[in-house]
Amino acid sequence: MSAALHPASAPALAQALSTPHSLPHTAADLVAQPWLASLLGVGAIMAFLTLNVLFLIWAERKVSAWIQRRMGPTEVGPYGLFQTLADMLKLISKQLITPSHVDRPLYLLAPLVVFAPVVVAVSLFPFAPGLAVTDVDLGLLLVFAFAGLGIIGIFMAGWGSNNKYALLGAMRSVAQNVSYEIPLILSALAVVLLASHPEGVTLEAGTPSAHTVPLLGTSLAHITLAQEAQGYWFVLVQPVAFVIYFVAALAETNRAPFDIPEAESELVAGFHTEYSGMRFAMFFFAEYTNMLVVSMVATVLFLGGWDGPLLPGPVWFFLKTYTLLFGMIWVRWTWPRLRFDQLMRLCWGLLVPVAILNLLGAAVLAEVL
Amino acid sequence: MIEIYEPYIPVLLIAMIVVVLAGVILLANGLLGPKRPTRLKGIPYESGVDPVDSPRHRFSVKFYMTAILFLVFDLEVVFLYPWAVNYNGFLADPGFAATAFGSMAAFLVILALGLFYEYKRGAMSWD
Repeated sequence: MSAALHPASAPALAQALSTPHSLPHTAADLVAQPWLASLLGVGAIMAFLTLNVLFLIWAERKVSAWIQRRMGPTEVGPYGLFQTLADMLKLISKQLITPSHVDRPLYLLAPLVVFAPVVVAVSLFPFAPGLAVTDVDLGLLLVFAFAGLGIIGIFMAGWGSNNKYALLGAMRSVAQNVSYEIPLILSALAVVLLASHPEGVTLEAGTPSAHTVPLLGTSLAHITLAQEAQGYWFVLVQPVAFVIYFVAALAETNRAPFDIPEAESELVAGFHTEYSGMRFAMFFFAEYTNMLVVSMVATVLFLGGWDGPLLPGPVWFFLKTYTLLFGMIWVRWTWPRLRFDQLMRLCWGLLVPVAILNLLGAAVLAEVL
Repeated sequence: MIEIYEPYIPVLLIAMIVVVLAGVILLANGLLGPKRPTRLKGIPYESGVDPVDSPRHRFSVKFYMTAILFLVFDLEVVFLYPWAVNYNGFLADPGFAATAFGSMAAFLVILALGLFYEYKRGAMSWD
Protein backbone atom coordinates (compact mmCIF):
# COMPACT_ATOMS: atom_id res chain seq x y z
CA MET A 1 0.00 0.00 0.00
CA SER A 2 2.98 2.32 -0.13
CA ALA A 3 3.50 4.90 -2.80
CA ALA A 4 6.05 2.60 -4.44
CA LEU A 5 3.15 0.77 -6.01
CA HIS A 6 2.53 3.71 -8.27
CA PRO A 7 6.00 4.33 -9.69
CA ALA A 8 4.76 6.34 -12.62
CA SER A 9 2.22 8.56 -10.94
CA ALA A 10 3.32 9.21 -7.38
CA PRO A 11 6.45 11.31 -8.08
CA ALA A 12 4.57 13.54 -10.47
CA LEU A 13 1.86 14.11 -7.92
CA ALA A 14 4.34 14.56 -5.10
CA GLN A 15 6.20 17.16 -7.13
CA ALA A 16 2.98 18.88 -7.97
CA LEU A 17 1.98 18.94 -4.34
CA SER A 18 5.30 20.38 -3.22
CA THR A 19 4.67 23.36 -5.49
CA PRO A 20 1.21 24.20 -4.27
CA HIS A 21 -1.75 25.00 -6.48
CA SER A 22 -0.31 23.82 -9.77
CA LEU A 23 -1.42 20.24 -10.27
CA PRO A 24 -0.46 19.02 -13.70
CA HIS A 25 -2.59 16.48 -15.55
CA THR A 26 -5.85 17.84 -14.20
CA ALA A 27 -8.50 18.82 -16.67
CA ALA A 28 -7.60 22.45 -16.05
CA ASP A 29 -4.10 21.96 -17.46
CA LEU A 30 -5.07 19.73 -20.35
CA VAL A 31 -7.32 22.46 -21.61
CA ALA A 32 -5.80 25.86 -20.98
CA GLN A 33 -9.09 27.74 -20.73
CA PRO A 34 -10.58 27.15 -17.27
CA TRP A 35 -14.16 27.59 -18.46
CA LEU A 36 -13.67 25.06 -21.27
CA ALA A 37 -12.10 22.62 -18.82
CA SER A 38 -14.98 23.14 -16.42
CA LEU A 39 -17.45 22.53 -19.22
CA LEU A 40 -15.67 19.26 -20.06
CA GLY A 41 -15.50 18.38 -16.38
CA VAL A 42 -19.21 19.00 -15.89
CA GLY A 43 -19.98 16.97 -19.02
CA ALA A 44 -17.93 14.02 -17.79
CA ILE A 45 -19.33 14.26 -14.26
CA MET A 46 -22.95 14.58 -15.40
CA ALA A 47 -22.56 11.57 -17.71
CA PHE A 48 -21.02 9.57 -14.89
CA LEU A 49 -23.61 10.69 -12.33
CA THR A 50 -26.53 9.89 -14.63
CA LEU A 51 -25.15 6.39 -15.24
CA ASN A 52 -24.47 6.05 -11.51
CA VAL A 53 -28.02 7.01 -10.53
CA LEU A 54 -29.55 4.73 -13.16
CA PHE A 55 -27.36 1.88 -11.95
CA LEU A 56 -27.88 2.55 -8.22
CA ILE A 57 -31.67 2.60 -8.48
CA TRP A 58 -31.55 -0.64 -10.48
CA ALA A 59 -29.11 -2.12 -7.93
CA GLU A 60 -31.32 -1.02 -5.05
CA ARG A 61 -34.34 -2.71 -6.59
CA LYS A 62 -32.40 -5.87 -7.45
CA VAL A 63 -30.76 -6.13 -4.01
CA SER A 64 -34.04 -5.50 -2.20
CA ALA A 65 -35.70 -8.12 -4.41
CA TRP A 66 -32.91 -10.55 -3.63
CA ILE A 67 -33.20 -9.90 0.11
CA GLN A 68 -36.98 -10.34 -0.02
CA ARG A 69 -36.85 -13.38 -2.35
CA ARG A 70 -38.41 -11.60 -5.31
CA MET A 71 -37.28 -11.11 -8.89
CA GLY A 72 -37.06 -7.32 -9.10
CA PRO A 73 -37.23 -5.62 -12.51
CA THR A 74 -36.85 -8.14 -15.35
CA GLU A 75 -38.78 -6.83 -18.36
CA VAL A 76 -36.82 -3.90 -19.82
CA GLY A 77 -33.42 -4.99 -21.14
CA PRO A 78 -31.22 -7.82 -19.83
CA TYR A 79 -31.94 -8.38 -16.11
CA GLY A 80 -34.15 -5.31 -16.22
CA LEU A 81 -31.08 -3.08 -16.58
CA PHE A 82 -32.87 -0.44 -18.67
CA GLN A 83 -35.84 -0.18 -16.31
CA THR A 84 -34.63 3.03 -14.65
CA LEU A 85 -33.75 4.53 -18.05
CA ALA A 86 -37.35 3.93 -19.13
CA ASP A 87 -38.57 5.47 -15.86
CA MET A 88 -36.36 8.51 -16.48
CA LEU A 89 -37.76 9.01 -20.00
CA LYS A 90 -41.27 8.71 -18.59
CA LEU A 91 -40.55 11.39 -15.97
CA ILE A 92 -39.21 13.82 -18.61
CA SER A 93 -42.46 13.57 -20.59
CA LYS A 94 -44.73 14.02 -17.55
CA GLN A 95 -46.76 17.09 -16.71
CA LEU A 96 -45.10 19.55 -14.34
CA ILE A 97 -47.88 20.25 -11.87
CA THR A 98 -47.52 23.44 -9.88
CA PRO A 99 -50.22 23.21 -7.20
CA SER A 100 -52.18 26.32 -6.34
CA HIS A 101 -51.26 28.29 -3.19
CA VAL A 102 -47.62 27.19 -3.25
CA ASP A 103 -44.95 29.75 -2.41
CA ARG A 104 -43.80 29.98 -6.03
CA PRO A 105 -40.18 31.22 -5.70
CA LEU A 106 -39.37 28.70 -2.96
CA TYR A 107 -41.27 25.86 -4.63
CA LEU A 108 -39.64 26.36 -8.04
CA LEU A 109 -36.10 26.98 -6.77
CA ALA A 110 -35.99 24.07 -4.31
CA PRO A 111 -35.15 21.28 -6.82
CA LEU A 112 -32.26 23.40 -8.13
CA VAL A 113 -30.91 24.08 -4.64
CA VAL A 114 -30.99 20.37 -3.80
CA PHE A 115 -29.60 19.23 -7.14
CA ALA A 116 -26.74 21.62 -7.95
CA PRO A 117 -24.56 21.36 -4.79
CA VAL A 118 -24.18 17.57 -4.85
CA VAL A 119 -22.97 17.66 -8.46
CA VAL A 120 -20.41 20.33 -7.53
CA ALA A 121 -19.33 18.19 -4.57
CA VAL A 122 -18.58 15.24 -6.86
CA SER A 123 -16.28 17.43 -8.97
CA LEU A 124 -13.95 17.95 -6.00
CA PHE A 125 -12.78 14.35 -5.69
CA PRO A 126 -9.42 13.02 -6.87
CA PHE A 127 -10.29 9.64 -8.41
CA ALA A 128 -6.61 8.86 -9.07
CA PRO A 129 -3.37 10.83 -9.29
CA GLY A 130 -4.01 13.22 -12.15
CA LEU A 131 -7.64 12.23 -12.56
CA ALA A 132 -9.41 15.15 -10.96
CA VAL A 133 -11.35 18.15 -12.21
CA THR A 134 -9.63 20.32 -9.64
CA ASP A 135 -7.70 19.85 -6.42
CA VAL A 136 -8.41 22.40 -3.73
CA ASP A 137 -6.82 22.75 -0.29
CA LEU A 138 -10.14 22.77 1.51
CA GLY A 139 -11.66 19.93 -0.50
CA LEU A 140 -13.06 18.03 2.47
CA LEU A 141 -14.64 21.13 4.00
CA LEU A 142 -16.08 22.17 0.63
CA VAL A 143 -17.62 18.73 0.15
CA PHE A 144 -19.28 18.95 3.57
CA ALA A 145 -20.39 22.50 2.84
CA PHE A 146 -21.94 21.61 -0.51
CA ALA A 147 -23.54 18.47 0.92
CA GLY A 148 -24.98 20.65 3.70
CA LEU A 149 -26.47 23.16 1.25
CA GLY A 150 -29.04 20.58 0.20
CA ILE A 151 -30.77 20.91 3.57
CA ILE A 152 -31.77 24.47 2.66
CA GLY A 153 -33.36 23.19 -0.53
CA ILE A 154 -35.21 20.48 1.39
CA PHE A 155 -36.67 23.06 3.75
CA MET A 156 -37.56 25.36 0.84
CA ALA A 157 -39.44 22.46 -0.75
CA GLY A 158 -41.25 21.56 2.47
CA TRP A 159 -42.19 25.12 3.37
CA GLY A 160 -43.09 26.18 -0.16
CA SER A 161 -45.29 23.17 -0.92
CA ASN A 162 -48.27 24.26 1.19
CA ASN A 163 -48.74 20.64 2.26
CA LYS A 164 -48.78 19.27 5.81
CA TYR A 165 -46.89 16.12 4.96
CA ALA A 166 -44.23 18.08 3.10
CA LEU A 167 -43.70 20.53 5.96
CA LEU A 168 -43.54 17.77 8.59
CA GLY A 169 -41.08 15.80 6.44
CA ALA A 170 -38.91 18.87 5.92
CA MET A 171 -38.87 19.73 9.65
CA ARG A 172 -37.80 16.22 10.55
CA SER A 173 -35.27 16.14 7.75
CA VAL A 174 -33.61 19.39 8.78
CA ALA A 175 -33.49 18.42 12.48
CA GLN A 176 -31.99 15.05 11.58
CA ASN A 177 -29.48 16.41 9.06
CA VAL A 178 -28.10 19.18 11.26
CA SER A 179 -27.86 16.81 14.24
CA TYR A 180 -25.97 14.09 12.41
CA GLU A 181 -23.67 16.58 10.75
CA ILE A 182 -21.89 17.00 14.11
CA PRO A 183 -20.73 13.35 14.55
CA LEU A 184 -20.04 13.21 10.80
CA ILE A 185 -17.65 16.16 10.90
CA LEU A 186 -16.13 15.15 14.25
CA SER A 187 -15.28 11.66 12.99
CA ALA A 188 -13.76 13.14 9.84
CA LEU A 189 -11.77 15.49 12.08
CA ALA A 190 -9.91 12.55 13.64
CA VAL A 191 -8.68 11.59 10.17
CA VAL A 192 -7.76 15.18 9.32
CA LEU A 193 -5.65 15.22 12.48
CA LEU A 194 -3.79 12.04 11.54
CA ALA A 195 -3.40 12.94 7.86
CA SER A 196 -1.96 16.42 8.38
CA HIS A 197 1.82 16.73 8.40
CA PRO A 198 2.89 20.36 8.23
CA GLU A 199 6.50 19.17 8.57
CA GLY A 200 6.04 16.88 5.59
CA VAL A 201 6.18 13.17 4.93
CA THR A 202 8.54 11.38 2.59
CA LEU A 203 6.97 9.51 -0.27
CA GLU A 204 9.22 6.65 -1.30
CA ALA A 205 8.20 6.42 -4.87
CA GLY A 206 10.75 3.89 -6.12
CA THR A 207 12.55 6.63 -8.00
CA PRO A 208 16.06 8.06 -7.61
CA SER A 209 14.92 10.71 -5.17
CA ALA A 210 12.22 10.51 -2.54
CA HIS A 211 10.00 13.54 -2.08
CA THR A 212 9.12 15.29 1.13
CA VAL A 213 5.63 16.71 0.88
CA PRO A 214 3.83 18.81 3.48
CA LEU A 215 0.36 17.35 3.86
CA LEU A 216 -2.77 19.36 4.58
CA GLY A 217 -5.47 17.18 6.12
CA THR A 218 -8.35 19.07 4.54
CA SER A 219 -7.23 18.30 0.97
CA LEU A 220 -8.72 15.06 -0.32
CA ALA A 221 -5.62 14.26 -2.38
CA HIS A 222 -3.37 14.83 0.64
CA ILE A 223 -5.44 12.52 2.85
CA THR A 224 -4.99 9.77 0.29
CA LEU A 225 -1.26 10.51 0.00
CA ALA A 226 -0.91 10.33 3.79
CA GLN A 227 -2.34 6.83 3.75
CA GLU A 228 -0.03 5.84 0.89
CA ALA A 229 2.96 7.25 2.74
CA GLN A 230 2.14 5.56 6.05
CA GLY A 231 1.32 2.27 4.39
CA TYR A 232 -2.05 1.64 6.05
CA TRP A 233 -5.59 2.85 5.59
CA PHE A 234 -7.08 5.01 8.32
CA VAL A 235 -9.90 2.54 8.95
CA LEU A 236 -7.28 0.39 10.74
CA VAL A 237 -6.33 3.10 13.23
CA GLN A 238 -9.74 4.81 13.34
CA PRO A 239 -12.34 2.01 13.27
CA VAL A 240 -14.62 3.84 15.70
CA ALA A 241 -14.55 6.99 13.56
CA PHE A 242 -15.39 4.87 10.52
CA VAL A 243 -18.46 3.35 12.20
CA ILE A 244 -19.63 6.77 13.45
CA TYR A 245 -19.09 8.23 9.99
CA PHE A 246 -21.03 5.43 8.29
CA VAL A 247 -24.00 5.68 10.69
CA ALA A 248 -24.08 9.48 10.40
CA ALA A 249 -23.80 9.21 6.61
CA LEU A 250 -26.87 6.97 6.51
CA ALA A 251 -28.75 9.63 8.47
CA GLU A 252 -27.40 12.46 6.29
CA THR A 253 -28.73 10.76 3.17
CA ASN A 254 -32.14 10.17 4.83
CA ARG A 255 -31.83 6.43 4.34
CA ALA A 256 -33.28 3.62 6.41
CA PRO A 257 -33.09 3.05 9.35
CA PHE A 258 -33.06 6.88 9.50
CA ASP A 259 -35.69 7.56 6.83
CA ILE A 260 -38.44 9.10 8.94
CA PRO A 261 -38.35 12.36 6.87
CA GLU A 262 -40.04 10.42 4.10
CA ALA A 263 -41.58 7.61 6.11
CA GLU A 264 -43.94 6.53 3.36
CA SER A 265 -46.48 4.93 5.68
CA GLU A 266 -47.12 8.20 7.51
CA LEU A 267 -45.91 11.10 5.34
CA VAL A 268 -46.56 9.90 1.74
CA ALA A 269 -43.21 11.09 0.37
CA GLY A 270 -42.11 13.73 2.88
CA PHE A 271 -40.81 17.02 1.57
CA HIS A 272 -41.21 16.18 -2.14
CA THR A 273 -44.86 15.03 -1.95
CA GLU A 274 -46.05 17.89 -4.19
CA TYR A 275 -43.40 17.53 -6.90
CA SER A 276 -43.89 15.81 -10.25
CA GLY A 277 -41.98 15.15 -13.47
CA MET A 278 -38.35 16.27 -13.67
CA ARG A 279 -38.67 18.32 -10.49
CA PHE A 280 -39.31 15.07 -8.63
CA ALA A 281 -36.56 13.35 -10.64
CA MET A 282 -34.10 16.02 -9.47
CA PHE A 283 -34.77 15.22 -5.81
CA PHE A 284 -34.33 11.57 -6.63
CA PHE A 285 -31.11 12.26 -8.54
CA ALA A 286 -29.77 14.37 -5.66
CA GLU A 287 -30.63 11.67 -3.13
CA TYR A 288 -28.72 8.93 -4.93
CA THR A 289 -25.83 11.23 -5.82
CA ASN A 290 -25.64 12.20 -2.16
CA MET A 291 -25.23 8.50 -1.33
CA LEU A 292 -22.34 8.41 -3.79
CA VAL A 293 -20.76 11.53 -2.27
CA VAL A 294 -20.79 10.25 1.32
CA SER A 295 -19.40 6.90 0.14
CA MET A 296 -16.62 8.62 -1.79
CA VAL A 297 -15.75 10.72 1.28
CA ALA A 298 -15.56 7.51 3.34
CA THR A 299 -13.38 5.95 0.65
CA VAL A 300 -10.93 8.85 0.76
CA LEU A 301 -10.94 9.29 4.54
CA PHE A 302 -10.86 5.70 5.74
CA LEU A 303 -10.16 3.34 2.84
CA GLY A 304 -7.19 5.00 1.17
CA GLY A 305 -8.91 6.49 -1.89
CA TRP A 306 -7.17 5.30 -5.04
CA ASP A 307 -4.53 3.40 -3.03
CA GLY A 308 -4.28 -0.34 -3.61
CA PRO A 309 -2.08 -3.01 -5.17
CA LEU A 310 -2.03 -4.23 -8.79
CA LEU A 311 -5.21 -2.63 -10.11
CA PRO A 312 -5.11 0.99 -11.38
CA GLY A 313 -6.21 3.80 -9.05
CA PRO A 314 -9.70 4.61 -10.37
CA VAL A 315 -10.64 0.91 -10.24
CA TRP A 316 -9.72 0.75 -6.55
CA PHE A 317 -11.49 4.01 -5.85
CA PHE A 318 -14.78 2.89 -7.35
CA LEU A 319 -14.47 -0.67 -6.02
CA LYS A 320 -14.34 0.72 -2.48
CA THR A 321 -17.07 3.29 -3.14
CA TYR A 322 -19.52 0.78 -4.57
CA THR A 323 -18.80 -1.73 -1.81
CA LEU A 324 -19.86 0.94 0.69
CA LEU A 325 -22.91 1.75 -1.43
CA PHE A 326 -23.87 -1.93 -1.41
CA GLY A 327 -23.56 -1.82 2.38
CA MET A 328 -25.93 1.17 2.50
CA ILE A 329 -28.51 -0.65 0.36
CA TRP A 330 -28.12 -3.78 2.45
CA VAL A 331 -28.73 -1.83 5.68
CA ARG A 332 -31.84 -0.18 4.22
CA TRP A 333 -33.53 -3.49 3.46
CA THR A 334 -32.49 -5.18 6.71
CA TRP A 335 -33.15 -2.68 9.53
CA PRO A 336 -36.53 -1.31 10.58
CA ARG A 337 -37.03 2.44 10.85
CA LEU A 338 -36.14 4.23 14.12
CA ARG A 339 -38.59 6.43 15.98
CA PHE A 340 -37.76 10.15 16.04
CA ASP A 341 -36.84 10.30 19.74
CA GLN A 342 -34.64 7.21 19.34
CA LEU A 343 -32.98 8.85 16.37
CA MET A 344 -32.15 12.02 18.30
CA ARG A 345 -30.98 10.12 21.36
CA LEU A 346 -28.68 7.98 19.22
CA CYS A 347 -27.06 11.10 17.78
CA TRP A 348 -26.67 13.36 20.83
CA GLY A 349 -26.52 10.68 23.51
CA LEU A 350 -24.13 8.26 21.81
CA LEU A 351 -22.52 9.34 18.55
CA VAL A 352 -21.47 12.88 19.56
CA PRO A 353 -19.88 11.93 22.93
CA VAL A 354 -18.12 8.92 21.40
CA ALA A 355 -16.89 11.08 18.52
CA ILE A 356 -15.45 13.63 21.00
CA LEU A 357 -13.71 10.86 22.96
CA ASN A 358 -12.45 9.37 19.73
CA LEU A 359 -11.00 12.72 18.72
CA LEU A 360 -9.05 12.87 22.00
CA GLY A 361 -7.93 9.29 21.36
CA ALA A 362 -6.74 10.28 17.90
CA ALA A 363 -4.72 13.13 19.41
CA VAL A 364 -2.99 10.64 21.72
CA LEU A 365 -2.55 8.22 18.85
CA ALA A 366 -0.86 10.90 16.75
CA GLU A 367 1.74 11.22 19.49
CA VAL A 368 2.36 7.47 19.50
CA LEU A 369 2.50 6.98 15.73
CA MET B 1 -2.92 36.66 -3.62
CA ILE B 2 -5.09 35.56 -6.52
CA GLU B 3 -3.08 32.34 -7.09
CA ILE B 4 -4.42 30.93 -3.83
CA TYR B 5 -7.89 31.01 -5.29
CA GLU B 6 -6.94 29.63 -8.70
CA PRO B 7 -7.92 25.99 -7.99
CA TYR B 8 -11.31 27.25 -6.84
CA ILE B 9 -12.17 28.88 -10.17
CA PRO B 10 -13.25 25.55 -11.77
CA VAL B 11 -15.49 24.92 -8.73
CA LEU B 12 -17.21 28.26 -9.25
CA LEU B 13 -17.57 27.65 -13.00
CA ILE B 14 -18.93 24.16 -12.43
CA ALA B 15 -21.47 25.50 -9.96
CA MET B 16 -22.67 28.03 -12.54
CA ILE B 17 -22.80 25.47 -15.38
CA VAL B 18 -24.73 22.97 -13.23
CA VAL B 19 -27.34 25.57 -12.30
CA VAL B 20 -27.82 26.49 -15.97
CA LEU B 21 -27.97 22.81 -16.94
CA ALA B 22 -30.59 22.05 -14.28
CA GLY B 23 -32.62 25.04 -15.48
CA VAL B 24 -32.46 23.74 -19.07
CA ILE B 25 -33.61 20.25 -17.99
CA LEU B 26 -36.57 21.69 -16.10
CA LEU B 27 -37.42 23.95 -19.05
CA ALA B 28 -37.27 20.98 -21.45
CA ASN B 29 -39.68 19.08 -19.22
CA GLY B 30 -41.96 22.10 -19.15
CA LEU B 31 -41.94 22.26 -22.99
CA LEU B 32 -42.19 18.50 -23.60
CA GLY B 33 -44.72 17.56 -20.95
CA PRO B 34 -48.47 18.02 -21.32
CA LYS B 35 -50.09 21.10 -19.81
CA ARG B 36 -53.57 20.29 -18.57
CA PRO B 37 -53.96 21.75 -15.09
CA THR B 38 -57.23 21.08 -13.29
CA ARG B 39 -58.52 22.26 -9.93
CA LEU B 40 -58.05 18.81 -8.39
CA LYS B 41 -54.40 18.59 -9.50
CA GLY B 42 -53.84 21.94 -7.85
CA ILE B 43 -54.98 21.12 -4.32
CA PRO B 44 -52.41 19.78 -1.82
CA TYR B 45 -52.19 15.99 -1.77
CA GLU B 46 -53.32 14.78 1.63
CA SER B 47 -54.25 11.18 0.93
CA GLY B 48 -57.42 12.09 -0.91
CA VAL B 49 -58.92 14.12 1.91
CA ASP B 50 -59.65 17.78 1.20
CA PRO B 51 -57.08 19.81 3.16
CA VAL B 52 -58.38 21.50 6.28
CA ASP B 53 -56.56 24.56 7.55
CA SER B 54 -53.14 25.93 6.57
CA PRO B 55 -50.16 23.60 7.10
CA ARG B 56 -48.07 26.38 8.62
CA HIS B 57 -48.77 25.93 12.30
CA ARG B 58 -46.49 26.50 15.24
CA PHE B 59 -44.04 23.69 15.63
CA SER B 60 -42.40 22.08 18.63
CA VAL B 61 -39.79 24.11 20.49
CA LYS B 62 -37.58 21.00 20.32
CA PHE B 63 -36.73 21.88 16.74
CA TYR B 64 -35.37 25.25 17.89
CA MET B 65 -33.36 23.53 20.64
CA THR B 66 -31.86 21.20 18.06
CA ALA B 67 -30.99 24.14 15.82
CA ILE B 68 -29.27 25.98 18.68
CA LEU B 69 -27.34 22.87 19.71
CA PHE B 70 -26.23 22.47 16.11
CA LEU B 71 -25.01 26.07 15.94
CA VAL B 72 -23.01 25.69 19.15
CA PHE B 73 -21.38 22.43 18.13
CA ASP B 74 -20.73 23.55 14.58
CA LEU B 75 -18.83 26.53 15.96
CA GLU B 76 -16.77 24.22 18.18
CA VAL B 77 -15.88 22.22 15.08
CA VAL B 78 -14.78 25.42 13.34
CA PHE B 79 -12.28 25.92 16.20
CA LEU B 80 -11.17 22.30 16.07
CA TYR B 81 -10.25 22.13 12.37
CA PRO B 82 -7.24 24.52 12.39
CA TRP B 83 -5.95 22.77 15.51
CA ALA B 84 -6.26 19.32 13.90
CA VAL B 85 -4.50 20.46 10.71
CA ASN B 86 -1.54 21.85 12.66
CA TYR B 87 -1.42 19.21 15.40
CA ASN B 88 1.39 17.06 13.96
CA GLY B 89 3.41 20.22 13.48
CA PHE B 90 2.88 21.15 17.15
CA LEU B 91 4.07 17.69 18.19
CA ALA B 92 7.33 18.19 16.31
CA ASP B 93 8.13 21.04 18.72
CA PRO B 94 8.89 19.28 22.04
CA GLY B 95 8.30 22.40 24.14
CA PHE B 96 4.84 22.96 22.71
CA ALA B 97 3.49 19.41 22.37
CA ALA B 98 2.00 19.22 25.87
CA THR B 99 0.35 22.64 25.50
CA ALA B 100 -1.10 21.67 22.11
CA PHE B 101 -2.67 18.55 23.54
CA GLY B 102 -3.61 19.92 26.95
CA SER B 103 -5.35 23.07 25.78
CA MET B 104 -7.51 21.25 23.28
CA ALA B 105 -8.21 18.43 25.74
CA ALA B 106 -9.48 21.03 28.21
CA PHE B 107 -11.62 22.56 25.46
CA LEU B 108 -13.08 19.16 24.58
CA VAL B 109 -13.78 18.34 28.25
CA ILE B 110 -15.72 21.60 28.67
CA LEU B 111 -17.57 20.77 25.45
CA ALA B 112 -18.41 17.30 26.76
CA LEU B 113 -19.58 18.74 30.10
CA GLY B 114 -21.88 21.13 28.25
CA LEU B 115 -23.26 18.26 26.24
CA PHE B 116 -23.82 16.24 29.42
CA TYR B 117 -25.64 19.19 31.03
CA GLU B 118 -27.88 19.64 27.98
CA TYR B 119 -28.62 15.93 27.98
CA LYS B 120 -29.57 15.92 31.66
CA ARG B 121 -31.77 18.99 31.19
CA GLY B 122 -33.66 17.01 28.55
CA ALA B 123 -32.81 19.19 25.56
CA MET B 124 -32.46 16.08 23.40
CA SER B 125 -35.39 14.03 24.68
CA TRP B 126 -38.42 14.09 22.43
CA ASP B 127 -40.98 12.25 24.55
